[in-house]
Amino acid sequence: MTWRRFLRQNPYLFALLLLIGLIAINASIQSNFFSLRAINGNFRVLLPLMILAVGQSLVIIGGGIDLSVGAMVSLVNAILVTLIVPESGAGGVVLALLVGCSAGMLAGAFNGLCVAYLRLQPIVTTYATSFIFSGLALLILPRPGGQLPRALTRFYRSTPLEIPLGVYVIIVLLLLWALVRSSRFGQYLFATGSNADAAYTSGIPTALVKFSTYVGAGLLSAFAAFALTLGIGSGNPRIGDAMTLDSIVAVVLGGTRLSGGQGGIAGTIIGVAILGIIRSLISFANVPTWYQTLVNATIIVLALAGPGLWRLIRGRV
Amino acid sequence: MATDSGPGMTLRALKLNPALIALLLAIALFFIGGLIRPGFVNVNQAVNILRLASLLGIVAAGQTLVIISGGEGIDLSVGSVVTLGAIMAFRFSNGQNDLLILGLLAALSAGAAVGLINGLGIVYLRIPPLVMTLGMAGVVQGLVLVVTQGALQGGTPPALAGLISSNLLGIPGSVYIWLVLASFLWMTLERTPYGKQLFAIGVNREAARLSGVKVPWVVLVTYALSGLLAALGGFCLLGFTQRVFLSLGTPYLFPSIAAVVVGGTVLAGGKGSYWGTMAGALVLTLINSLLTAMQLSEAYQLMVLGITLVILISVYGRQRSVRQ
Repeated sequence: MTWRRFLRQNPYLFALLLLIGLIAINASIQSNFFSLRAINGNFRVLLPLMILAVGQSLVIIGGGIDLSVGAMVSLVNAILVTLIVPESGAGGVVLALLVGCSAGMLAGAFNGLCVAYLRLQPIVTTYATSFIFSGLALLILPRPGGQLPRALTRFYRSTPLEIPLGVYVIIVLLLLWALVRSSRFGQYLFATGSNADAAYTSGIPTALVKFSTYVGAGLLSAFAAFALTLGIGSGNPRIGDAMTLDSIVAVVLGGTRLSGGQGGIAGTIIGVAILGIIRSLISFANVPTWYQTLVNATIIVLALAGPGLWRLIRGRV
Repeated sequence: MATDSGPGMTLRALKLNPALIALLLAIALFFIGGLIRPGFVNVNQAVNILRLASLLGIVAAGQTLVIISGGEGIDLSVGSVVTLGAIMAFRFSNGQNDLLILGLLAALSAGAAVGLINGLGIVYLRIPPLVMTLGMAGVVQGLVLVVTQGALQGGTPPALAGLISSNLLGIPGSVYIWLVLASFLWMTLERTPYGKQLFAIGVNREAARLSGVKVPWVVLVTYALSGLLAALGGFCLLGFTQRVFLSLGTPYLFPSIAAVVVGGTVLAGGKGSYWGTMAGALVLTLINSLLTAMQLSEAYQLMVLGITLVILISVYGRQRSVRQ
């Protein structure tokens, strides 16, 4: 029975096993999978979604959901490539990053205001606000373009101490999460997510807690946009659109429940890695083009079904 | 503060009936359109908007049932299923009037099958509806790609195109289909055991189970119906567009949810009506037509749409306060 308790305390265990299995398969068909170059490549591609999905986890644990994170990425991407030109110096870049952060936090604060204080339903509200952010992104950057200084894109590809930059970012995120979790805010967050009425009755400022999760998601969307922009070196006002739903799937794959009050970001990061490895597997296994969408979606559904299938097999419905 | 005087009472009655507010709003929007662009208010335009709204309304019918069923119920596969339904009808009818019924049956059964799989995953594997239906949307899209390999063969039966676009007594055929569907859904929701059980599981699944409702069964039927109705929407849409492409149904996904919410159905479940969704579909279609009529650039169109949606949601989409 200790095994069951272990499983309950580590809801991402299934995701971790799945990831190890997928990595093993991928490594067997891609000979250089474990080379620093390939690992760094994978991290570079996955880092934006990882950061974004961490923000999504925060909102979901607090009992909400944010369908505007992708649009916020597009917005901040548009801001960055408009403010940064190839000749930009350090000062200009820092200024652009600050403007990007503020834009993300403002957008998140607007979501938070609507959901936490005006008590609007999160799914439709953040879907509606995503139009506002997409519109702003299009206004700032009407068509794809822009270019970043070479030094910046080179920095994003760098591997200090032979370790990909992304690993450092993930470690920082995990450390920050450990701090948040053990803080009073962390307790408030989980209490609000699992039962807002009870949390409110016991004196927790639930509206403020929810509000901050949306601001946090906005800030992390801005960081995700930094990583994305450094990775591709240019701008596109639609670039983040497809990331929203992926971020939610990653959170669920990582063992966080959509009903809130439970979960963590380690699982989410594993969830994003699973999505990434599935894609890499499909390209290395030479799956015919017409079959790729089907194979990708089927593996994701099976991965989502995994814990439930396991429960069915063990006979505990 | 509401008083017992006349206007106060009327306002309160209105507050109780979101479907009616949405309908009044739709009518108001139509005339606002006339103010913004002279010539917007005419019979042709009204007929056109009704036709577009009927397509959205049919797609949103299943979404209404799923959302009433509660348990975080939502169906993100409707967009793909609309495309699937249209493609099945296109393929199986092959442009021949004799095969129209076969096309319809193929579309409906494909849609119901997808919905049933959604239901199975949600009930027995306990996958949250949002991600289960999202995953199935990908699977359906993938299946369509594999089967068609980009080359779609088939055709739109002239009878179907005629049914949707022709006007009987000045009203498009799709509106009649919509009205028949609406009466059918009203009967189902208000007068059948299934309807009562649907609202019961939406309010509280545990209480419903204890009072003898077979919750898994009701959930399965609801998601299957949602798939079936989305496919019916695709079938009608084929009559309207007379051609199929892979993203045909995508523009209907989130509007179907928004129409339900604007119509006063609560996302938490257990409360709502299809009349509301119909009014919601009218409101959303009108907003879209207005935005197009205003000839704004895409950026401004998106922003105005977003702000309008937020305002609409804040009128009826508010959740109850934790303080109450």
